[in-house]
Amino acid sequence: MSWFTKALSSTIGRKLLVAITGLFLCSFLVVHLIGNLQLFSNDEGVAFNAYTYFMTHNPLIRAMEIILLIGFVLHIYEAWSLTRRNQSARSVQYAVNRPEENSAWSSRNMGLLGTVIFIFLLVHLYNFYFKLKFGEIGLDTAGNKNLYAITVEAFSHWWYVALYVISMVALALHLIHGFQSAFQTLGLNHKKYTPAIKAFGYFFSIVVCAGFAAMPLYFFFLY
Amino acid sequence: MAGNNPNSTPMNLTLKVWRQKNAKTPGQLVTYKVNDISPDMSFLEMFDVLNEDLLRQGQEPIAFDHDCREGICGMCSMYINGRAHGPEKGTTTCQLHMRKFKDGDTIVVEPWRANAFTVHKDLSVDRSALDRIQQAGGYVSVNTGGVPDANEIPIPKSIADKAFDAATCIQCGACVAACKNASAMLFLSAKVSQLAMLPQGKVERKTRVENMLAQHDAEGFGSCTNIGACAAECPVGISLENIAMLNREYIAAKVTSENIV
Repeated sequence: MSWFTKALSSTIGRKLLVAITGLFLCSFLVVHLIGNLQLFSNDEGVAFNAYTYFMTHNPLIRAMEIILLIGFVLHIYEAWSLTRRNQSARSVQYAVNRPEENSAWSSRNMGLLGTVIFIFLLVHLYNFYFKLKFGEIGLDTAGNKNLYAITVEAFSHWWYVALYVISMVALALHLIHGFQSAFQTLGLNHKKYTPAIKAFGYFFSIVVCAGFAAMPLYFFFLY
Repeated sequence: MAGNNPNSTPMNLTLKVWRQKNAKTPGQLVTYKVNDISPDMSFLEMFDVLNEDLLRQGQEPIAFDHDCREGICGMCSMYINGRAHGPEKGTTTCQLHMRKFKDGDTIVVEPWRANAFTVHKDLSVDRSALDRIQQAGGYVSVNTGGVPDANEIPIPKSIADKAFDAATCIQCGACVAACKNASAMLFLSAKVSQLAMLPQGKVERKTRVENMLAQHDAEGFGSCTNIGACAAECPVGISLENIAMLNREYIAAKVTSENIV
């Protein structure tokens, strides 16, 4: 192995990759949320479907899609291999352990939260991405593929709404630890900025996840 | 000792203590009763009382690590009721007093758990993995010669204070014991930053962090996931800022050092 791959497979190297890809995925969440806010515009999905057409045909977006996939794969693989290493660092467990006295639940359960988010991601891709790409899908009044109708249909089922809302709670908990943790991993810890990073991470996690959770709730209860 | 404080009522306690013959034999929790324990006793003095009882009964006393009993040597190491060094913050086991417990309490005492640490016997744990990390680079090479003047190299007070704070690490291993990942990074980061902040230590900073992290990983410690349990349980209050500094040192060393293997 070269010095580079060795560095990236050390305990610090792996978490650096988790941190960098994690922050990249946070930027994806922002774009995804802002785009999807068009679901709330009262036009039977014309704007949303036009946006869907743009996102599936713009070459720059198509290229970004591949980078996003790499981001997801790296984040999941590196976090998974770190978790396995960490679990094997203590094979005899304590008979009595009180970690709740010294740390937050979400910080100790990033793997569990990540697994919930991963399962959600698969269902989510099946619900929309695969139906859009490979399913039979009608056209709207402007002649674009009517992903809006697919959305309305999916969120008429209470179990999808429940799954989406629960997953957004898991994502919020994941981000509350992950956002500030990424900065610490990158070595950015400073008396002036760390409190602000933590506060912003909290705000970011709640706002983004509440925004996403509002979509299924809106279609189920108000549409 | 017992009886110094006229208001202290002696306590009767139930202890569940990890007993293990040696590193190869599996161990188990064994229940003991200790009576007439003064609240003014330290946790280790309470163990002395129990061991004297066991000796009188012709039983094997409980092996546990201790040395200075003043909270400065880092030798004592007990996982008490699910916490490294017990329920009191910023305290080693030897400085934990029985007044923190109540009459009739059941106290579970286990050794530090990590695969990089092995249980010698009962509560006594081999922590030489931490020594080997230290030997991999936790030093400053000094050439022989005359003693330099103490004020020859100016060091800002704030930097000296931070380096000193990191240097207070007593290498007890509570950070490893408390960490969900059995990571020794709080320890490692204290040793790395202590030297990296000072001019004398900057000379070897790149090889130091590279070699010490490599040794940390080779010993089988886990990776830090910024949970913060280590700093919360550290008896001398080593801060997480040190781990951020360790990460910076590592990134800078890997990017700029001439070590290509």
